[in-house]
Amino acid sequence: MNPFSYSRAAGAADAIRLGAVAGTKYLGGGTNLVDLMREGAEHPEALVDVTALSREIEEREDGGLMIGAAVRNTALAEHRAVRQRYPMLSRAILAGASAQIRNMATIGGNLLQRTRCTYFYDGEGSRCNKREPGQGCDAIDGFNRNHAILGASPACVATHPSDMCVALAALDASVHIEGRSGKRSVPLVELHRLPDGRPDLDTVLEPGELITAIELPALPLASRSTYRKVRDRASYAFALVSVAAALEVESGTVKDVRLALGGVAHKPWRAWRAEEALRGQPASEDAFRAAAEAELADASPLKDNAFKVELARRTIVAVLGDLAGAGR
Amino acid sequence: MPTHVMNEALGETRLDKGAQGLIGKPLDRYEGRLKVTGKAPYAYETRHGEGVAYGVVVTAPVAKGKVVSIDTLKAFSSPGVIHVLTGDNLPTNSAQPSGDKPAIGGGQIHFYGQVLALVVADSFEAARHGASLVTVECETREGRYDLDAERPNAKVPPPGNMPPDTARGDFERAFAEAEVKLDETYRTPSQSHSAMEPHAAVAEWQGGQLTVHTSCQLVGDNTRQLAAALGIKPDKVRILTPYIGGGFGGKLGIGPEAVLAAMVAKEIGRPVKVALTRQQVYQVTSRRTDTIQRVRIGATRDGRITAIGHESWCSNMAGDDYFEPIGLSTVFLYAGENRLITHRLAELDVLMASAMRAPGEAVGMLALENAMDEMAEKLGLDPIEFRKRNEPDRNPEDDKPFSSRHLIECMEEGARRFGWSEREARPRARQEGDWLIGIGMAAASRKNLLAQSSAEVRLEPDGRAIVLTDMTDIGTGSYTILAQTAGEMLGLPMDRITVLLGDSALPESSGSGGSFGAASAGSSVYIACEALIERLARKMDCAAEDLTLKDGTAVAGNRQVPLVELLAGEALSAEGTLQPGNATKDHHQASYGAHFCEVAVNAVTGETRVRRMLSVCEAGRILNAKTARSQCLGGMIFGIGTALTEELVIDDRNGLLVNHDLAEYHVPVNADVPQLDVVLLDKVDRLASPMASKGLGELGISGAGAAVTNAIYNACGVRVRDYPATLDKVLEGLAEGGGRQ
Ligand SMILES: Cc1cc2nc3c(=O)[nH]c(=O)nc-3n(C[C@H](O)[C@H](O)[C@H](O)COP(=O)(O)OP(=O)(O)OC[C@H]3O[C@@H](n4cnc5c(N)ncnc54)[C@H](O)[C@@H]3O)c2cc1C
Repeated sequence: MNPFSYSRAAGAADAIRLGAVAGTKYLGGGTNLVDLMREGAEHPEALVDVTALSREIEEREDGGLMIGAAVRNTALAEHRAVRQRYPMLSRAILAGASAQIRNMATIGGNLLQRTRCTYFYDGEGSRCNKREPGQGCDAIDGFNRNHAILGASPACVATHPSDMCVALAALDASVHIEGRSGKRSVPLVELHRLPDGRPDLDTVLEPGELITAIELPALPLASRSTYRKVRDRASYAFALVSVAAALEVESGTVKDVRLALGGVAHKPWRAWRAEEALRGQPASEDAFRAAAEAELADASPLKDNAFKVELARRTIVAVLGDLAGAGR
Repeated sequence: MPTHVMNEALGETRLDKGAQGLIGKPLDRYEGRLKVTGKAPYAYETRHGEGVAYGVVVTAPVAKGKVVSIDTLKAFSSPGVIHVLTGDNLPTNSAQPSGDKPAIGGGQIHFYGQVLALVVADSFEAARHGASLVTVECETREGRYDLDAERPNAKVPPPGNMPPDTARGDFERAFAEAEVKLDETYRTPSQSHSAMEPHAAVAEWQGGQLTVHTSCQLVGDNTRQLAAALGIKPDKVRILTPYIGGGFGGKLGIGPEAVLAAMVAKEIGRPVKVALTRQQVYQVTSRRTDTIQRVRIGATRDGRITAIGHESWCSNMAGDDYFEPIGLSTVFLYAGENRLITHRLAELDVLMASAMRAPGEAVGMLALENAMDEMAEKLGLDPIEFRKRNEPDRNPEDDKPFSSRHLIECMEEGARRFGWSEREARPRARQEGDWLIGIGMAAASRKNLLAQSSAEVRLEPDGRAIVLTDMTDIGTGSYTILAQTAGEMLGLPMDRITVLLGDSALPESSGSGGSFGAASAGSSVYIACEALIERLARKMDCAAEDLTLKDGTAVAGNRQVPLVELLAGEALSAEGTLQPGNATKDHHQASYGAHFCEVAVNAVTGETRVRRMLSVCEAGRILNAKTARSQCLGGMIFGIGTALTEELVIDDRNGLLVNHDLAEYHVPVNADVPQLDVVLLDKVDRLASPMASKGLGELGISGAGAAVTNAIYNACGVRVRDYPATLDKVLEGLAEGGGRQ
């Protein structure tokens, strides 16, 4: 960990001003960034604490939510409107990390947490393009049981570790961003990048840009939704595969559906193909399986993670089956 | 100095009479309050303030090669850095428990993450930053990282905890001719102890005298190892380790941090603190070996074993002969005239393999007890019935008598309590929603060990007693049971006993390891107390056996004299020593138990959740029902981890230790551990020790993991022989056999 300066921003404008200096990083709860600094995977020269940004969870008249970037993970998971209108989001957050970490972690920080690829963490002994662009990737032929099966590139096979983001991807959330050149809003599914040739860039954020809020549009079908995380122990482990799903069935036919996968790609994976395959189809196990297979058709597993394809397929079918069953 | 050599059984003792009523009681931990209020300092917390310097270890970035140069210039010029220790003579990792000192690097890199340098600074932060500025240039060489690949080159190691080979009869012929046969191979991965307290040391010199606060299990050996590493006499070294945050074998040999702290403290003339980071604990202490185990069982059609074979392969660094005694329990657990138990050791360029909780049984019984289950199924027998049919009445290795053996009682008691009779022999017979439910069992056994141990007991004029020994309490309850022993013997309530442990200036004990601590150190206290009682009896003018001591009063015939009065201002002191003797040689001694486990296996995902678990344990006299139970719980939880999650992953291309932290090396978390039940059969084994107790600490893990995988098989029909049984391996079987989809 190299020496660094620390300052606390009073609000968004202040943060953006302080964050404009090269080598500066924003600091949320610090549960990821500080670890990465200790491991030598990040070496900012200045930290700007942004926990004084908004901690509001504002309920919109249309039923949507505006969530301040400094809202703690625990607060969001426990919020009444979230539990009622977006149960998958509450479940996804509670499936992540530990109570202590969730109490510290902010929403902004959760969005931008970095991959848990062990080769990325281990700068001393491993090559990693995410850490050191152009260096090479030791995961691709190494121990890659936890790695991506979709959307990876020869430069990087890491996965995005967040549970919360998988739910947000399914819920059509958008991310509010402010920078020196103004404000913009990006759909969550476009915030994170696929690795391509530049795995060092996790997101489309420009240097110095700040996340100020997450917006959740009203989505009535999300009130019947769930999040299923499959992992190596009952708690406190990252997803091998996770599924966020909302399903609306009318007279046995899928009227609408939202589906996203975690643990399978460099970004939270919105299952567009599966959704498309399902709309208007009978809410049957066969249709769920066909949809899962459509989504996973392009999966290209690595040495140690072929099981993820089967696991994802089975979990999608089971989760949709449960939602359909609960709705009947 | 009274010494008792354990040659034969003692008759009834004061521990049986229980005048004070302390032995066996589920008393709270002696130091429990200090621990939960944060007042029991660990090594790193012992020395603060002015003048203290901090050391941070620099480790090797490759697994095999030669150090060309270590550039320390940048580190030296970093603010706060005082010194950078490098050189060919630095310890690479912990000492082997039986070794005389830690290995040194000699300019070579022997495994990934080996110690290469120590950066010392005025603050921990400055030292850590300095450490990140050290650059190591090395010539990398091809290494060997895969046990499977090195198996053909494995050699017969010299005898260690057991001989490498044990054979009786003609195994090959008997197996070939057996009516029913099983021949399966099992694999277990490397594991790490993962104690909560990372290894740490604080070293300070006063003249030629060194004091080190550290966290270690065997104070006497560790003092000698540290002295040898520094090239000084052991009497120049004092080790203090009164409170220890877990060891599990990972602190049996002196750690590199203690040697480094002492080396650099001498050079800079300041006290130096060195703590390993969590990653470094995984890299530079020791590991449990990976294993390959072939088990062959031949039996008659009615289930009598005629041939039993357990051949195993494990790994260690070049030049280290320690092998995991994988077949330790196979030697004596089941009958069978023809036996073959072998151990082969392959060299790997991976961190030293050494003892971890129940070395031998913890992994060997995974294979053996799985195989017994598989064989029972082939024979169409209930797993308990099959084991019962093969209960030996003498040690099948050499026909020596057992000192005590209650395996069948453990299995029957457990079966009754767990509802074993309701088990469906056929897999996949019970389903609740997506979850397939199954139950399984496994036998437990742990060879009993006894080690030389000394303690002093003082009776103060005010009627209080002090127990002094360099014994350690690694979280097991040593403080408590030693206090109970002294209290029971001298007739004093717990609050009149002080116990001082973990200080090399005190009489040398067995230390903590191999489950021998309670019986060995307890016996030394017993012996010292006997000597004190002799003297009190003389003062009372009676024979020792006519003297009763209770609540601080001496009673003989119709005379009652308070101890304080009897002592009349005098302090009495005696040192007792226990030595193992013929009782161990003439009898086979082991603790026994039976584990029962119910799991739910998700038919969709292959996830396994343990739903309930019961272990019935028999380890002679139970000294404290609470600490004994806790030891068993800990072992069972280790068993769950071994069965389901724990694996130290080594990249077989380059020897990199892939998952060196608690986020990725998966020990069970609370949510993985359901309500666990422990039943202790309270017996006495007078041949085991004066305490009449046998080793308990490692019994709970022995076989526990096999009960879990046997339950998985019963639940879903998938037999995982490659531990741990992670969901991908279960899923593979489910997909073949069909699940919900
Ligand atoms: C042991 C462990 C287990 C975990 N398990 C899980 C798990 O199972 N599932 C899961 O989803 N997560 C898990 N986590 C990760 C956890 O969710 C994240 O660490 C946490 O959400 C990060 O939030 P934070 O506020 O602490 O972020 P920080 O560590 O403070 O920051 C993370 C990143 O976000 C940036 N940042 C923070 N706020 C802003 C902002 N407003 N605008 C722009 N950039 C910003 C920082 O610069 C940094 O790059 C685990 C973490 C640990 C340590």
